[in-house]
Amino acid sequence: MSHELTRRDAIAALSAVGASLAGCVAAPDSTEPLEDGQTSDTLGAHERETLVAAAEVLYPTDVTGVEDFVGRYVDGRVADRPEHADGIASAVEYLDAYCGAWFDSDFATLSPEERDEALRRMQADEAGPHPDGSDVERLRYYVINDLLLALYATPTGGRLVGIENPPGHPGGLESYQRGDQS
Amino acid sequence: MSGDRTPSEDADVCVVGAGPAGTLIAHRLAEAGHAVVVLEAGPRFDREQRLERMDDALRPAHGRPEIWEMGGQRDAFTSSGDRSYPLNHARVKGVGGSTLHWQGMVMRLHERDFAVASREGVGADWPIEYEDLRPYYAVAEDALGVAGASDNPFAPPREQSHPMPAFEPSHSDAIFAEACESLGIATHSVPNARNSEPYDDRSACVGYGTCQPVCPSGAKYDATSHVKKAEAAGARVIDRVPVQRLDHDDAGERVTAAVYATPEGETYRQEADQFVLAAGGVETPRLLLLSDSPQYPDGLANSSGLVGRYFHEHLFAGTGGRIDRPTRQHHVGFNTTETHQFYDDPAGGTDGGVPPADGDAADLGAIKLEFLNYAGPSPVGAALSDGGWGDDLRDRVAEAYGNSLAVGALVEQTPRRENRVTLDRSTTDDHGNPVPEIHWELDDRTRRTLRRANEIQKAILDELDAEITWQVGPENTGPAYHHMGTTRMGTDPDESVVNGRGKTHDLANCWIAGSSVFPTGGAMNPTLSIAALSVRTAEHVRDSL
Repeated sequence: MSHELTRRDAIAALSAVGASLAGCVAAPDSTEPLEDGQTSDTLGAHERETLVAAAEVLYPTDVTGVEDFVGRYVDGRVADRPEHADGIASAVEYLDAYCGAWFDSDFATLSPEERDEALRRMQADEAGPHPDGSDVERLRYYVINDLLLALYATPTGGRLVGIENPPGHPGGLESYQRGDQS
Repeated sequence: MSGDRTPSEDADVCVVGAGPAGTLIAHRLAEAGHAVVVLEAGPRFDREQRLERMDDALRPAHGRPEIWEMGGQRDAFTSSGDRSYPLNHARVKGVGGSTLHWQGMVMRLHERDFAVASREGVGADWPIEYEDLRPYYAVAEDALGVAGASDNPFAPPREQSHPMPAFEPSHSDAIFAEACESLGIATHSVPNARNSEPYDDRSACVGYGTCQPVCPSGAKYDATSHVKKAEAAGARVIDRVPVQRLDHDDAGERVTAAVYATPEGETYRQEADQFVLAAGGVETPRLLLLSDSPQYPDGLANSSGLVGRYFHEHLFAGTGGRIDRPTRQHHVGFNTTETHQFYDDPAGGTDGGVPPADGDAADLGAIKLEFLNYAGPSPVGAALSDGGWGDDLRDRVAEAYGNSLAVGALVEQTPRRENRVTLDRSTTDDHGNPVPEIHWELDDRTRRTLRRANEIQKAILDELDAEITWQVGPENTGPAYHHMGTTRMGTDPDESVVNGRGKTHDLANCWIAGSSVFPTGGAMNPTLSIAALSVRTAEHVRDSL
């Protein structure tokens, strides 16, 4: 059974992380001048491509619509939290440096199997998520856990594990009364 | 306001602490036309950032104290005794106080709770009875906005229905109800300070499921509601101004000023006619102890020597496991069914199989049983802490989530003189003041009550043929984060700090609001009683102006 991530899921994921919904409505206009004191709060095409490549490994294989979902999520995610964009960019930089050394390639251009292998080789599956930690711990926080949170705090992601109204999603007051997943 | 932190001229009332007690009083006195200033040690949090706080709360990287910016030298403390006390997990400093992270369960104390010494020979009687507080409970339920039903056969008498209908029972409630019926245990709804429908310009609950520690929708009551109302009525609320000490007059009969520090490094004196201390069960006694003087070398309002003593809590007891069908947990972050059958009669057995406690084992405190709607791992939490990803992660999370269920309990702790808040003079906070030291231990009666709660919980899970996977009892219990007893009320000035109206015995214009005035705490979550007492104290303060 396919579980398609939709625009609605992206909005739900953004709602769970308290982010701007701007990215879900329209792509940010990069030509717009920044106001005083404002930093660039969008990620480049490469960072976005890398996050999509990571999500393709991190998400279950029967989840579809990943590229659009991640794109919308990331745009909204960083709009209100420029420091988060910096954290993601830094983690992607580390990921590419690591994959360059081991695979002679950026992470995003590896096959899904190689991406999985790269993450395990750097022990991202054992690292704790820390925004101020080591390279791998920051990768765990800004990339892996961010993308997992985006998925599992949405109705589509929650349904994968048996809950259509997961914590972080304002799914109303009906589902907790039901005996079966709707 | 965040700019001007200079004192107000001609203040009638100075309130220390912008939690539920202080803000309810500030609102009522301001509405009555009095000039009120509230001094709050913590910041005024931006409501727009609540979703971001929830995001952090969902992530395992961020601990509880961090969500509401607790910790550091400002909040340093010492824990002693045989039980470590996690003080900064248990409170929030800021405009709104600990209601910012509370669960929102709002039960009235029982008649029995006001006379435990007379009835059971332990603790102390309150100087007031349930009937004295009964009308104020109704006012408090309206003020906070309580969703509840009159289906609880064990509840004390009430005069009117709750302001909102109770939340419907959960799927797991139905599972428990069947087992409880077989055992002869009556279950009933839970009063929640959480909107089941729009109320008081706040939305109905939308099911974020993160009530503790953040409600992004505002459906759960928090004291910022009364901050807003107090300010609309003319009160002034100043944030980030920790009160350093209270000054008194030469006669030692009246407080003359609250001396507070500002983030800019200034120190000011707020003078007022009346002073209300509402800084919680730890900071209120600490402030009195910090306010020592040649006339009062042991601290202010402390002629009894009881300021800081009789610190008590509610203890958590729990039993959980798994059954052979979906239990549908973690859709919401609050509970919808409890039983208070073992509250007044914790030793009582049931026809269906809960054995009675006999002999010495029957000397027990109150037990309140809760049927959790958030048992077992949260799917989001499990996904983020597992370490893995892909199909394997999905399968493991699906396996971990789904069939869990648990019965929790609050258990009464017997107040003991030895359990206390003192000053640790070897450690100082960011203003150079000695930090609070919490000395906290459990007595045999409390341990016995925890064991009894576990026994009842196990009987319920056994009735469901559950595989019991964990139990929290006397050996591994923890506090429910309810600080009580440290400025107890009573009629005898040698045996209490405040009188039945909330005024200190020693000073003519110094009042205390909050659970620090509770002589005993029963096993009910304290905030509704805090609110009812505060409304009542506000009337007495008003009469004194």
